[in-house]
Amino acid sequence: MTLRSYLAPHGPAWRTLAAGIAMGLALAAPATRSAEVNTTGLAVTDSTVTVGDLHSATGTMAISEIGSIQAELLAIDQINAMGGVLGRKIQVIKEDGASDWPTFAEKARKLLVKDKVAAVFGCWTSASRKAVLPVFEKENGLLYYPTFYEGLEQSKNVIYTGQEATQQIIAGLDWVAKEKGAKTFFLIGSDYIWPRTSNKIARKHIENVLKGKVVGEEYYPLGHTNFRSLINKVKLAKPDVIYSVVVGGSNVSWFKQLKAAGITADKQTLLTISTTEDEVKGIGGENVVGFYSAMKYFQSLDNENNKKFVEAFKAKYGADSVIGDVTQAAYLGPWLWKAAVEKAGSFDVDKVAAASPGIELKTAPEGYVKIHPNHHLWSKLRIGKWKKDGQVDVVYESGLIEPNPFPEGYQ
Amino acid sequence: MGDASSSEIFATLLMQGFAGLSLFSVLLLMALGLAIIFGQMGVINMAHGEFMAIGAYTTYVMSQFAQEHELLDVYFPFALLAAFIIAGAAGYLMEILLIRHLYKRPLDTLLATWGASLILQQIFRSAFGAREVSPELPEWIMGSMQPAEGIDLPISGLFVLGLSAVVTAGVALMLFKSRWGLGVRAISQNRVIAGAVGIDTKRIDRLTFALGCGLAGVAGAAFTTIASTGPTSGSLYIVDTFLVVVFGGAASILGTIASAFAIGQAQSVLEFLMTGSTAKVLTLVSVVLILMMRPEGLFSAKVRR
Repeated sequence: MTLRSYLAPHGPAWRTLAAGIAMGLALAAPATRSAEVNTTGLAVTDSTVTVGDLHSATGTMAISEIGSIQAELLAIDQINAMGGVLGRKIQVIKEDGASDWPTFAEKARKLLVKDKVAAVFGCWTSASRKAVLPVFEKENGLLYYPTFYEGLEQSKNVIYTGQEATQQIIAGLDWVAKEKGAKTFFLIGSDYIWPRTSNKIARKHIENVLKGKVVGEEYYPLGHTNFRSLINKVKLAKPDVIYSVVVGGSNVSWFKQLKAAGITADKQTLLTISTTEDEVKGIGGENVVGFYSAMKYFQSLDNENNKKFVEAFKAKYGADSVIGDVTQAAYLGPWLWKAAVEKAGSFDVDKVAAASPGIELKTAPEGYVKIHPNHHLWSKLRIGKWKKDGQVDVVYESGLIEPNPFPEGYQ
Repeated sequence: MGDASSSEIFATLLMQGFAGLSLFSVLLLMALGLAIIFGQMGVINMAHGEFMAIGAYTTYVMSQFAQEHELLDVYFPFALLAAFIIAGAAGYLMEILLIRHLYKRPLDTLLATWGASLILQQIFRSAFGAREVSPELPEWIMGSMQPAEGIDLPISGLFVLGLSAVVTAGVALMLFKSRWGLGVRAISQNRVIAGAVGIDTKRIDRLTFALGCGLAGVAGAAFTTIASTGPTSGSLYIVDTFLVVVFGGAASILGTIASAFAIGQAQSVLEFLMTGSTAKVLTLVSVVLILMMRPEGLFSAKVRR
């Protein structure tokens, strides 16, 4: 027999072969199954589903985003060990946004158009999220975004697993006003959208609801390392509370110089919404002792879910790794996606998005979360008091707070 | 600020003056190494910030060692020395491998040192991780001194002030009293003639580059007392450093000192009077305006060209 007769479509050998392949496929798995759970051409096979992970593994933001990558991969590993999603193992395509916003947009397009991923876990700064948002909306992708952020956004294509501004700010200010009798506030922030929007909300709440007074509001460029003049101004203004939204590496200079200027917790109340365990590792616990952070999650939260999470995280990434608020929020992403896919019985983005509101996660390290119809999470706010070892004592815990990304009267 | 008493205002003025002085000393320490390299060799070292990071990481490693052996109170001066030696050695190596092949092409040195800075950043990231680190510092350096009620002078600030005074004096002494300094001054006046009268210009270049990088290392080590260390911290400092060197007039130590002082005080006073971002903009605008009037910087070397 010649090669030609093997290849000829009308030859008897071809027909047998084709029938054999079809039968083999039918035996291995029902051929219709993947077509049922995936009507939109996503990268889903009978045994795998592909998702994307899009963070900055290099560049200035890598400091913050590496924790998120680690948490997402841990969640995916755990889900795979449990048998995956709808019986399919999750495969991850990792892309590096390189702390550069156009790169984020380009990689997002690659993940959605070329790789056809079913979901993307990623982004950290608001700038990167704003850069990829049009891509996700145009290509109809699904993004799980982990960072606490300024709000004023809602998209069918994004699930926000961190807190929006009102959840983080208002309960925290209420606490400090009630607990410390605070009336005067000095607001300090890094100079970009999140701190400015956050402080706008804080100022409205202080002035209109708490009937207090903002005695100063100042912004410094990202990466600023000299806060001595600012500290002198704070000393003159004598606020009851320093309210700090200083971000990233600047935190280290800010807190070290505060301490060197004699401003310590025994003389001054300081509340921050931007300092997590990650930053404190760089600042040094001894420089923040007694100051307060308002977050939804702290590594030292005392509950069974969290114990398991911290243990698994340290087993995978080393005993001295720390887990901050965003890292935990990133860990929720794959679990929320899995729950929504299984509720929808489909990987299709529209169906998963439609199934998401109402999804609960009772196994969340932060305790319990539920997706709101506005795609943000119901969550609690905690106040942590920093200790020398870089961990906190949780001194206050709110009830579940409804997310409200477009708060009225706070614009 | 309406209800502040006069003694408080006095205390604030004093602390404000000190804030300006300590910013001046920080800027001076950063710029010194860059200034002597640029002044003598005409090489703009874009990797200067990364050599500072080498110094900072050296301090971090030393602090870990010190912590294990309970030497935290005494290790810091040794860390400064080690930072100088290691950053200097790295600079020496870079001169041999890279810089000396590019002396005739100043624009290429700009590009090459920038490339070197990217490579160094990735090395830091691979060796120490992407997260920022902070060395465990001796307790005495983190506190404040209270000469009177209401006045807090940060000890870390005093320390950096003292250090930059010592380092600047040391560099000035070497420039004007040592054989190496004689060579440097001769070369920056006229490289060809200096070579013709028997000065080993290549050796002097190598030493100068190593010294400049070593000084950057010392600056980096000292800054661990006020800021954090990450793979990209160097690039944060480089802009301010350039500003000081260019504004001061590239070839002059005196110019560098004057320029660091002017920028430090201006920035510090403006930050007190208005918010940080505006202060920065105003400082930069005034530097640009002054440079438009004096393109050579505050103190230009008077050389016949």
